Amino acid sequence: MGLISFLKEKFSKKQTEDIDTYSEGMSKSRQNFSTKLNSLSKKYKKVNQEYFEELEEILIESDVGVKLTLKIIEDVLLESKEKHITDADEINEILIDHMFKGYMDKGESNTDVVFQENGPTVLLVVGVNGVGKTTTIAKLAKRYKDQGKSILLVAADTFRAGACEQLQIWADRLNVGIVTGPYNSDPSSVAYEGMAKAKNENIDLVIVDVAGRLQNKQYLMDELSKMKRVISKVIPDAPHETFLIIDATTGQNGVVQAKAFAEVTNLTGVVITKMDGTSKGGIILAIRDELGVPVRFIGLGEKMEDLKEFDLESYIYGLCVEK
Amino acid sequence: MAFENLSEKISRIFKKLRGQARLSESNMDEMLKEIRIALLEADVNYKVVKEFINNIKEKAIGEEVLTKLNPSQMITKIVHEELESLLGGGENEIQYQPNRPTIILLVGLQGSGKTTTAGKLAYLMSRKLNKKVLLAAGDVYRPAAIDQLKQIAKSIGVPVFEKGTNISPVQIAIEAKKEAFDNHYDVLIIDTAGRIAIDEELMNELNEIKNEISPDEILLVVDAMSGQDAVNVANAFNDLLSLTGVIMTKLDGDARGGAALSIRHMTGVPIKFSGVGEKVSDLDVFHADRMADRILGMGDVMTLVEKVQEEIDEKEAKKAANKMLSGKFDLNDMLEQMRQVKKLGSLGGLMKLIPGMPKITPEQLAIAEKEMVNFEIIINSMTPDERHDPSLFNYSRKIRVANGCGKQVSDVNRVLKKYESSKEMMKKMEQYKKSGKLPPGMGGLGGMGF
Repeated sequence: MGLISFLKEKFSKKQTEDIDTYSEGMSKSRQNFSTKLNSLSKKYKKVNQEYFEELEEILIESDVGVKLTLKIIEDVLLESKEKHITDADEINEILIDHMFKGYMDKGESNTDVVFQENGPTVLLVVGVNGVGKTTTIAKLAKRYKDQGKSILLVAADTFRAGACEQLQIWADRLNVGIVTGPYNSDPSSVAYEGMAKAKNENIDLVIVDVAGRLQNKQYLMDELSKMKRVISKVIPDAPHETFLIIDATTGQNGVVQAKAFAEVTNLTGVVITKMDGTSKGGIILAIRDELGVPVRFIGLGEKMEDLKEFDLESYIYGLCVEK
Repeated sequence: MAFENLSEKISRIFKKLRGQARLSESNMDEMLKEIRIALLEADVNYKVVKEFINNIKEKAIGEEVLTKLNPSQMITKIVHEELESLLGGGENEIQYQPNRPTIILLVGLQGSGKTTTAGKLAYLMSRKLNKKVLLAAGDVYRPAAIDQLKQIAKSIGVPVFEKGTNISPVQIAIEAKKEAFDNHYDVLIIDTAGRIAIDEELMNELNEIKNEISPDEILLVVDAMSGQDAVNVANAFNDLLSLTGVIMTKLDGDARGGAALSIRHMTGVPIKFSGVGEKVSDLDVFHADRMADRILGMGDVMTLVEKVQEEIDEKEAKKAANKMLSGKFDLNDMLEQMRQVKKLGSLGGLMKLIPGMPKITPEQLAIAEKEMVNFEIIINSMTPDERHDPSLFNYSRKIRVANGCGKQVSDVNRVLKKYESSKEMMKKMEQYKKSGKLPPGMGGLGGMGF
């Protein structure tokens, strides 16, 4: 049975709140993706070379990337030849299987933040400018506060005008602690202060917001390594988790970003934001393919509850199945 | 910088061709395939790539000047022309109203850089064009967006019109327009809330703003890192608002910015500015031909020249140049020269503008920048006499200087060595100048030694 049939059956039995959020949040992405696939199969019925070119176009327009796209198309071509399949609908199912096979082949991974048994768990949140870092941090803070964890936010983005204020507003709204530093001060010293406070007060989860940086700016990346060192001086082994926030509209530069951040930090996951737009977020497949880093959370809307643990099946369902 | 990887790729493909005498169907196919992949990896829209490749193919086959140019040169020329026509055309200057404020509305997706760009535009217009500029804070949704705009505005000395967050963005726009008219501002720049393009409520709000205040310019701010969907987003904005221009941001990153090319091509809306750094002065007027040069790895010489002219104190530079050429170049001059270079912004940004220097890694740049700082510290620890006449240096003087600034004697030696080689290079420059040729690899910044 193809993946889609399987998922249809699975989710028709078990309609959860989460799958609704996925379905709702990804409706615009779906319009572009599965509607195109469907109209393609109506147009062709039997597949030929042209059909595969059109499939290639759909994948590339989903930001899956050329390299991975060519690989997927080749696999589909191979399987369809082996099994003598020429029906367009069936080919589409095979395509979707192969799109996500690579992701699944890399194994199961945690999505939820992994908490330390003793002492604070430190989560470093990195990413380029404007991907929604601060908002994501607020959503994560809310999530774990609701689970009864004590939270401390550390506003180590002392560079962007208004960044500390933005996090401060969230801290006030969520009623969680926050450590900030003056505008343009050394972010590492803010991080240090945050760690010391977290240790003294035995906070469960410390989330560190660092300035958005373009990954090709060496001095900013150096600053990030320094911050990592400072953090681990106060709390050994920290940061325990480092999330890279990626905007769903990001193109192939997303892979470059992931590589660059993986070099200076121990990247433990990706959070994809703004999935409620028209983008398909294919970049997560490319990143998984190149670096093996799993997606941990997905932002499906502007509401606080719209940040969900990433579930591949729900993602595929949201992308492909019209309710 | 944008397109770096793309230009590297294309030049690699060209290298493959270099050994071949003429353009055959087969070697061209391979190259077109590579160009296609390179463009797709640069996030150029699939359809645009298809068209681009077809155009190149047609032009290359139709081309008959095979005798004068080698295949590589010919393809370079064709790809360059095609890229330029893809990027350029259209009115890309802001039309200022002579008798009333020019109203500029900035729109765009969340996180594309609208607020930062609003500040940069305000700086450009007030500082370089001497306009009286008013910024209006219309993003009432994102927490602290108004604070962000106020901080930027304060740093550049431009007033901000704001009414907090308990007011509709439409109302803000109307009141800001009145303020701009009443107080005879030349330009009003309105920052708006980011949106996801298909959020109807917000899109309607933008439309309402447009209808209420009839802006002269509606500029879409686009992140250079955008993927394939950028075209859909731009279309959505354009269909609703009839955009007058696009501003590409974050071009100082290493994203190749292909999506921006696609937008230009698919919507027909001209690209007017590009954001090239974190400083408020880092906004350039967009030049299609230069961008095409950059794509092909030819360097962006004109931008460099303009930048140099703008930032370098011409008198100082002339004085230094004369001294260099007359052989009276001392350590003070070298220090001054380094300070001038520093004024231009980060070395990284600068280096990428110079043709023939694509192979510098960020690490190397970081080292060079650090070295400049060290040199300054060391020279500052020398006596005026020593700076004026470095030949005075003996071992004990070197030790004194090293101790004075907490460095090693070897560091002092490096400064002196750099000085000697700069001086040497100046002499060569002079000879070349007399012979009418420049030594290879030395553009306008020869002798900086970095």
